Amino acid sequence: MTPGLMGSTVLEVRDLHTHFFLRRGVVKAVDGVSFSLRRGEVLGLVGESGCGKSLTALSLMRLLPKGGARTIRGEVLLDGENILERTPAEMREIRGRRISMVLQDPQTSLNPVFTIGDQLREAILRRKRMPRGEVTKEAVAALRRVEIAAPEQRLGQYPHQMSGGMKQRVVGAIAISGEPSVLIADEPTTALDVTIQLQYLKLLKRLQAETGMAILFITHDFGVVGRMCDRVAVMYAGRIVECGPVRQIFEAPQHPYTRALIASVPKMTGPVGRLTTIEGQPPSLMDLPVGCRFASRCAHVEQRCLDAYPDTVQVAREHTADCWKVTPA
Amino acid sequence: MKRYIARRLMQGVVLLCMVATIVFFLGRLTGNPVDLMLPEDATLEDRAALTQALGLDGPILDQFAIFVGKAIHGDLGMSIRMRQPAVEAFFDRLPNTLVLIPWAILLGMLLGIPLGVVAAVHRGSFLDRAAGTVAVLGIAMPSFWLGILLIFVFSVELGWLPSGRMGGPAHYVLPVITLGTFLVAGFMRITRSAMLEVMESEFVKLARIKGLSEGVVIWKHCLRNALIPVLTLWGVFVGNLITGAIVTETVFAWPGIGRLTYEAVIYRDFPLLQAVIILKSILILSINLGVDILYAYVDPRIRLA
Repeated sequence: MTPGLMGSTVLEVRDLHTHFFLRRGVVKAVDGVSFSLRRGEVLGLVGESGCGKSLTALSLMRLLPKGGARTIRGEVLLDGENILERTPAEMREIRGRRISMVLQDPQTSLNPVFTIGDQLREAILRRKRMPRGEVTKEAVAALRRVEIAAPEQRLGQYPHQMSGGMKQRVVGAIAISGEPSVLIADEPTTALDVTIQLQYLKLLKRLQAETGMAILFITHDFGVVGRMCDRVAVMYAGRIVECGPVRQIFEAPQHPYTRALIASVPKMTGPVGRLTTIEGQPPSLMDLPVGCRFASRCAHVEQRCLDAYPDTVQVAREHTADCWKVTPA
Repeated sequence: MKRYIARRLMQGVVLLCMVATIVFFLGRLTGNPVDLMLPEDATLEDRAALTQALGLDGPILDQFAIFVGKAIHGDLGMSIRMRQPAVEAFFDRLPNTLVLIPWAILLGMLLGIPLGVVAAVHRGSFLDRAAGTVAVLGIAMPSFWLGILLIFVFSVELGWLPSGRMGGPAHYVLPVITLGTFLVAGFMRITRSAMLEVMESEFVKLARIKGLSEGVVIWKHCLRNALIPVLTLWGVFVGNLITGAIVTETVFAWPGIGRLTYEAVIYRDFPLLQAVIILKSILILSINLGVDILYAYVDPRIRLA
């Protein structure tokens, strides 16, 4: 799908701030994130470990980890409704049915003491009450939909009797059984074998085409982004620094961080040289600089980069970057 | 599984031999039962006759050889005081102890497990600290002290409950509370720590993503996992109750095997003491094995491993 053909906005995140309030100080893990997601599109959220990708996802689900994490500012508009203002009971109704999530590690995502069938039926029953026989029929259909062979037998099995790839399919089946309009996939293939990764990505793509749900696809792998996403948002130290259609980001990245990230993806063509890396470390999220957060690692840094955070600049249609040195369209 | 059980049984036999040896020699360090059975002015001839009648004459290693020879054939000797086979005396009293144990465990679990869950869910809050205080008290209070305190309050002062001996349901209340208090604390602490660990799991996150209510997440998804370590404790507790009921049964004059053990020690009834300790060891070993097998049914991962 090309961006122009996409549907209306289903999820809009505005100026989201989620911080950890610890005794030693405040960790600004998500610090002013804004993006929007349209019906039927896949938006990639890319960045290195610790940049706030997963915490952004958990903020959207309102399932923040215990121990001082709080969303202190911003709006999460799901079909125009700010779900940050909903009560916990209302939020439970929203979870699973309107916004859902696939977690990173299939080995630990399923409850070891209940069968696959139990865990799937639980999710199906959330959508509507129905007799037991019918639930089982639906559960079999759900497993078939995620391409699990012999689903009738699988229902009676426990998670430890399945492979990682199969477990992740089951997690997928559970996550989409409530027919959500938004699915967050938090590095769903990182823990899988490389051979299985591609199958899983294809499966997600197919399910998306069938259901028309929007996917927020979190990854640190630009290769996966190219395969999966329509648009991509690049996150660095708690903020989105560049966002645009995948083609454009790959062909004409504007932000120096994006450029460095793309350059560090090893290429199969051309002479074999040293792997490109980005020098230095991201800033501490407890002590962020006033200026551009990438300034300390940027090759093109100037005084104004250190003095103030740049505005978001529209560099092309649907393509924005937070950098002083880009030229507006 | 069969090989595992066979190996455990072998280990049990070795352990039993060690227990039998130790109790045989340790028991004899307490003194001579003849001193307690005859009046102080008994003649030397009377003493020698009784010593011989009891089989306590001759070198101690010979006595041990005789003991082992008989024990292999299942004969653990006659109780000196009760003039009845020691094994029979044990099994006469065993039911009296066993009727207390289920109630004590029930009390421990009914209070301890929910308290542990609540403490874990409200970690760091007033509820958690209150439950923690209960746990410390339960573990720190020795049962002879708690038993006497309960008798003082409910039997002597208030006159609501009998102070001892077996009888109707009212007779069970104080001994069961005395035995159960320790268990409440144990069950609470293990449940709390297991729950805290389970609540951090990814599958709990997925359960919430599904939109399940907190009640279902905590009491179904978390608790079922947290019960696995609780079950191990169960085996330890039943063992503790069988052996540890000595004090409680003595305080409440409860005619179970705990009191029987106490009597065997006090009267230097060696054959009875040996029989009681060996049979108790067999009981505990069987319970531990039983719990390990039961484990396999709660945790499907063990079942197929």
